[in-house]
Amino acid sequence: MECYLDNSATTPVCAEAVDAVTDALRHEWGNPSSLYRKGMQAESLLDGAREAVAERLSCRAEEIVFTSGGTESNNIAVLGTAAAMRRYGKRVVISSVEHSSVGEAAAQLELQGFEVVRLPVGRDGTVPAQALYRAINRDTILVSMMAVNNEVGSVQPVAEMRRAVRAAGSPAVIHCDAVQAFGKLPELRPGAMGVDLMSISSHKVHGPKGAGALYVRGGYKKGGSAVRVSPRTFGGLQEWKLRPGTEPVPAIAGFGAAVRALPDAAQVFPHIQRLQAYLLDGLASIDGVTVHSPPDALPYIVNFSTGVNSEPMMNFLSRREIYVSSGSACAKGHKSHVLRSMGLPDAEIASALRVSFSHKTTTQEIDVFLSALAEGKRTIRTARR
Amino acid sequence: MKEVILLKNGEIALKGLNRRTFEDQLIKNLRRRLSPFGTWQITAAQSTVTAIPAEDGTDMDAAADACARVFGFVGYSKALMVDKDMDVIRSVTGDYLAAELAGARTFKVCAKRADKKFPFTSPEICMEMGGVLLSRFPHLTVDVHNPDLTVNIEVRDKAAFIHGNQQKGAGGLPSGSAGKAAVLISGGIDSPVAAWMMAKRGLQLEAVHFASPPYTSERAEKKVHDLLSKVARYSGRIRLHVVPFTDLQEAIRDNCPEELFTILMRRYMMRIAERIAGENDCGALITGESVGQVASQTLYALACTDEAVSMPVFRPLIGMDKNEVIEISRRIDTFDLSILPYEDCCTVFTPKHPRTHPKLYYVKQAENLLDSETLCDAALAGTRTLTIRGY
Repeated sequence: MECYLDNSATTPVCAEAVDAVTDALRHEWGNPSSLYRKGMQAESLLDGAREAVAERLSCRAEEIVFTSGGTESNNIAVLGTAAAMRRYGKRVVISSVEHSSVGEAAAQLELQGFEVVRLPVGRDGTVPAQALYRAINRDTILVSMMAVNNEVGSVQPVAEMRRAVRAAGSPAVIHCDAVQAFGKLPELRPGAMGVDLMSISSHKVHGPKGAGALYVRGGYKKGGSAVRVSPRTFGGLQEWKLRPGTEPVPAIAGFGAAVRALPDAAQVFPHIQRLQAYLLDGLASIDGVTVHSPPDALPYIVNFSTGVNSEPMMNFLSRREIYVSSGSACAKGHKSHVLRSMGLPDAEIASALRVSFSHKTTTQEIDVFLSALAEGKRTIRTARR
Repeated sequence: MKEVILLKNGEIALKGLNRRTFEDQLIKNLRRRLSPFGTWQITAAQSTVTAIPAEDGTDMDAAADACARVFGFVGYSKALMVDKDMDVIRSVTGDYLAAELAGARTFKVCAKRADKKFPFTSPEICMEMGGVLLSRFPHLTVDVHNPDLTVNIEVRDKAAFIHGNQQKGAGGLPSGSAGKAAVLISGGIDSPVAAWMMAKRGLQLEAVHFASPPYTSERAEKKVHDLLSKVARYSGRIRLHVVPFTDLQEAIRDNCPEELFTILMRRYMMRIAERIAGENDCGALITGESVGQVASQTLYALACTDEAVSMPVFRPLIGMDKNEVIEISRRIDTFDLSILPYEDCCTVFTPKHPRTHPKLYYVKQAENLLDSETLCDAALAGTRTLTIRGY
């Protein structure tokens, strides 16, 4: 039995999304910017998807800008804000456990002369609220913190960003990378959380790859937005010029369909909590397992060390069609900067595994995984130290 | 008038009575390497090989690029083949090399008159053409010692050839002209470079890779394919033998002294590789070892490794610094692949303190704890063979 437990890397595409993509490819292949009817029909798919996403985030449709995915959303947010805000200051505050698409974009800003503050996290993988208050000053133009960490599932105090910015009297734009939180964290509402920009992605919620969105509070209008952000690519009028280029209608239609098919986050939450408890129970009965995800983490992600190096263990599991990861798929084999920031010893980082659920995960899958894990621990020899 | 590729033989010119064998191999290799770009008429005379495309519209840039990777040529250039007529040469040279001439600050004309019946002598051609080009490109000055651009006019038996600077070729000897050897390839930086260096000396390659699932992944094996594919762009196709190595490694790990793990593993690798080499008509083994680089590459460890086999072991990197190896790996484009961070067979079970001065006596004693014969036979029985082509 194939057992896919790496839903934070990507998710299987749901039937609704497959149908929407296929329909769009077959029938609505017009250019959504064309004036004639064929174009309008394609455009209406975009509108439908936009409404579906907006509804999830309890925002207005014109606040949703479609992008190619989480990485592009994060890059527009970080680089676009810095470009638009540079005359107000040059300090950028992020956490040390951001996804590389925020961390590396911020590193680019450093090259341009911005000062990037990377807030350390505690053993629980979260940034202490006081650290935010201390780091944000009047010179700060951007604060970016992810809602849920992709490797350990820790939930960051996102709402504190607004309070800290206000307390400092800073003009900073507030961005939240919610790629791992979207559809999973109940009450993910950028408006209520005081967030100006929020990144989400299609393929983490059973949609196709190649689509994502950036929430822009108040909507994007060139020169007249409530949120100061400027485009990073230039060309046509698409997506209010914040993200020009002919929209990938099939991918976006699939994104919309996937979002519509997604159960309510609060409703499935108990199921996921049960899965998490079930997995943690099972792990407790295996010798030498240490759990790294904090107790109050989003239950979708469980990170732990097995005492056996991640790579052989993953290979062992992979041969049994059991798929888990050793960290972020975007880092492909490199040692986790998140676990390091949490202060874990090298040996534990080297043997870390991440299991991540979707609402479709079953306890049977966890059983299969647990017994294979135990078998792997018995079979795989470690170097004698 | 037609664009062709001229290639200059290297060391082959120094060969004696067996020169023909080398030349035939060289032309065979070139023909195969150019075949993706159409049909070619290939002729050799006076240590120059001329490749003439049969069809118009052949991608000459791509073809010339492929020539840069054929061992046995020290230089190559695209050239315009024209009638042996001074008027023609006068009128087309400026057009053909217009981009190069415009980009250069200094130039010289270098003429070679192989056909002594041609009515102008070499110095006369030089003077004449220098004048023609100077009047058309007045920004140029003549520098006969160190010019940016050398305009070559070669008057040969059947035609005249016009070309700019000669590009550096791959050098070495034609692949296959020196026999066959088997390279032990892990996936690191060194072994692909070692393979390339020996292929450069005319050896055809077989490759032996040790895979240790689940400690090593399918990606690690894919990485070896990709690396060899880069080498095969120079050497021609390589046959890869993938040996399952887990059982042997686990047996060593479970039964032998920890500090001897690496040296024992190396000896088994060499033994298995030697048998594969023997079965495939190879006359030598190739490794990427370099003295003192790691514990298994100290003088003493190398001696211990060598003792396990009777075939000659070529270690082309033996006296090189890491930086020098990296420089070559960048040149042959294997570096970026090599540094992908996958576990390979050599990093599994590495002891904390490997023996740097292993004594053969103790190593052999440790080996006696294992059923070497059965383990090696099983590894050989499980070996898969595939063919890797350059791309």
